[in-house]
Amino acid sequence: MALLELEDLHVYYGNIHALKGVSLQVEAGEIVALLGANGAGKSTTLNTVSGLLRPRSGAVRLEGEDLTRIPPHRIVERGVVQVPEGRRVFGQLTVLENLEMGAFTRTDSQGVREDLERVFALFPRLKERAAQVAGTLSGGEQQMLAIGRALMARPRVLLMDEPSMGLAPLLVEQIFDAIQEINRQGTTILLVEQNAYMALQVAHRGYVLQTGQVVLSGSAEELRENPEVKRAYLGG
Amino acid sequence: MWRVGLVFGAVAWFVSLVGLVEALHGRWVVDGVLSAGQVLLLAVLLASGWTAARRFSASLVGRLWAGLLAGATVGFCVGLLVWLRSLVDLRTMFVNASPALFQLLSGGQPARVAWAAAVAVGAGVGLVGGAGACTPARVVRPILVGAAAALSLALFQELVLLVLQPEPLAPVRDWLFVAGGGPTAQGIAATFAFSAALAALRQASWGRAGRVALPPKAQRVLWSFVGVLLLAALPIAGGPFVAQVLVIVGLYTLMGLGLNLEVGLAGLLDLGFVAFFAIGAYTVGLLTSVGDHGIAHWSFWAAVPVAVLVSLIAGVILGIPVLGIRGDYLAIATLGFGEIVRLLVLSDALRPWFGGSQGVLAIPKPVLAGFEFSGPQHLYYLTVVASAVVAYVAWRLQDSRLGRAWMAIREDEDVAEALGINLVSVKLLAYGLGAAFAGVGGAIFAVMVGSVFPHSFQLLISIQVLALIIVGGMGSIPGVIVGSAVLIGLPELLREFGEFRFLVYGAVLVAMMLLRPEGLLPAAAQRRELHAAEEEPAGLARTPVGAATEGGA
Repeated sequence: MALLELEDLHVYYGNIHALKGVSLQVEAGEIVALLGANGAGKSTTLNTVSGLLRPRSGAVRLEGEDLTRIPPHRIVERGVVQVPEGRRVFGQLTVLENLEMGAFTRTDSQGVREDLERVFALFPRLKERAAQVAGTLSGGEQQMLAIGRALMARPRVLLMDEPSMGLAPLLVEQIFDAIQEINRQGTTILLVEQNAYMALQVAHRGYVLQTGQVVLSGSAEELRENPEVKRAYLGG
Repeated sequence: MWRVGLVFGAVAWFVSLVGLVEALHGRWVVDGVLSAGQVLLLAVLLASGWTAARRFSASLVGRLWAGLLAGATVGFCVGLLVWLRSLVDLRTMFVNASPALFQLLSGGQPARVAWAAAVAVGAGVGLVGGAGACTPARVVRPILVGAAAALSLALFQELVLLVLQPEPLAPVRDWLFVAGGGPTAQGIAATFAFSAALAALRQASWGRAGRVALPPKAQRVLWSFVGVLLLAALPIAGGPFVAQVLVIVGLYTLMGLGLNLEVGLAGLLDLGFVAFFAIGAYTVGLLTSVGDHGIAHWSFWAAVPVAVLVSLIAGVILGIPVLGIRGDYLAIATLGFGEIVRLLVLSDALRPWFGGSQGVLAIPKPVLAGFEFSGPQHLYYLTVVASAVVAYVAWRLQDSRLGRAWMAIREDEDVAEALGINLVSVKLLAYGLGAAFAGVGGAIFAVMVGSVFPHSFQLLISIQVLALIIVGGMGSIPGVIVGSAVLIGLPELLREFGEFRFLVYGAVLVAMMLLRPEGLLPAAAQRRELHAAEEEPAGLARTPVGAATEGGA
């Protein structure tokens, strides 16, 4: 049984049919990339998994348990945590306070301290700037902080929404290195990305969404070689 | 420079034509010599000189010149007003353009002479203002402190006289004040000199080694001891009137602490907050009244917990329908709630229960172990204790898990939800606890007045509470106390200028937003946000974000 399983999800925004029967699986330990153009339904899919959106029909199962009837804060407690699109750090709070906020649902202070060290080891830049106000960080640092904040909830599945958005190429490399490292340390990742090239470098498998439906799926290698993917998303 | 002069000239026109100068002219700063109205005009002149000097020049001569020019321009404007008035009757448009005002502005001289004199005086005072801008801060500050103290003595002379009422203090009284009039010249001079010297001494001892320094903890204990002593002594020294004002300040503090949970911490704008104050007051009124509408004849102490609970429930009830509403829309929805509560208790349909516009009468004063809290001086202590308890609760809440959750939803509701914060319960707790605090205030209000009427719970109160939070500093508990002292206490003490209350209010709010948007005593987070650019090369740190966004798009 897959760790995370989406089955025939239908999601509407009012009358707009945004997801038209999306099904996909994420196995424990994988990085799965969700590719597609603007408006294909990638973020909608993530928001449905994290409970911020409710599907009209279909199921999201974490180890067999349906998440679609569970409020978002309980989903976080079950270990499914989202890094929101566009970073959205708490600009008025310091880096450290942001990270502490990420551990909001946890009560094991010992474990939280360990995870803080882990985040600082992953992003040494955040340690240097622990006392700095998050709003004054650079874009790349804010993305690191947003990822670190999500990690503080000790997720089993990390949902990442466009982590490369608006970042310079060098920073994109750094962020994707961090994503691989997080995955090596045992966290399963579902990654939404427009930068298909980078996403397929780090992912094990991928799905391609088009107007609310899965049109292609396969291993990262297969997708990289797929002529249609090449033409539409890899610019070749 | 003359432009600064014109701006301040407009200010001088404005304060003259709305009647503020004339109203203040009725108050002697130095009996028979200088009135508060004249001080106001002098202050405008000084400020023009100071601003112009600071803005336009760095050299000594340049600054003096700028101050002189700006002051002369202001004087010219004032003279122009006097001259205009000699041509046309301004009173058809400005009801406050009275003969007495122009007697003051012109010094009784014909218009042309007065005009020339105004320019000369303006230039002179502007020059002093410019000189002030050239003087180091360590010299200017004690002078300002002294001036503020002397002015306070003049403005609050009735209070000071009240304190000096007892016969043994008569020599001090007679030395400081002319019998039946304002302060004496020697009184003002002594006050000025004493305060300025004190400020200078304090400044000189700042950070000097070898000063007797207690360990921080002992210092804290000492200061809180002094504070408690002062709080306890205030109404005894000041008499019933001061006590009454302090009770009102206390009630607004209670409401402010409640609204601060909603607006300051959780970021939920609420314009109907007076509703919870009303609910607390009506609950106590109905439960304790010995009049027609009393239903239980309970004691105050039994009614207070019920009032708090009812307010809390009302807060949650308000919260449920507005859970999904944000920002401006939330403000409008809560505005409606405040009016609904007021109209309900006012309505004729519910008159058998709430007494309609006649309200609930005959609410007895609280009695504790045979002691009746009868006058404002007794109720003052009740209010202080209630405020202290509520402030403590608020302070503990702020640092709690719940406080952090409030901070998170204030900053970004969606992210907070994604981090595992239960928006529903956290928001409802903010509304409920905030309302409960206001309920405590309402309970004391009911016994203070002895009756409750719908008329006491106008929208204006909600707005005042919000204003005092903004002035004090969003999310800051000491800020709430300072805010209510400044915005509620001062106007109450200066009742005779009551008609200018909201004028000054507006001016203070605008000035605060421009000069100190984080409030007088801001919470750390606000201070950081609004002054990040000054402490941090944020401009540098931010540029790469923008550049990267363009590059990546």
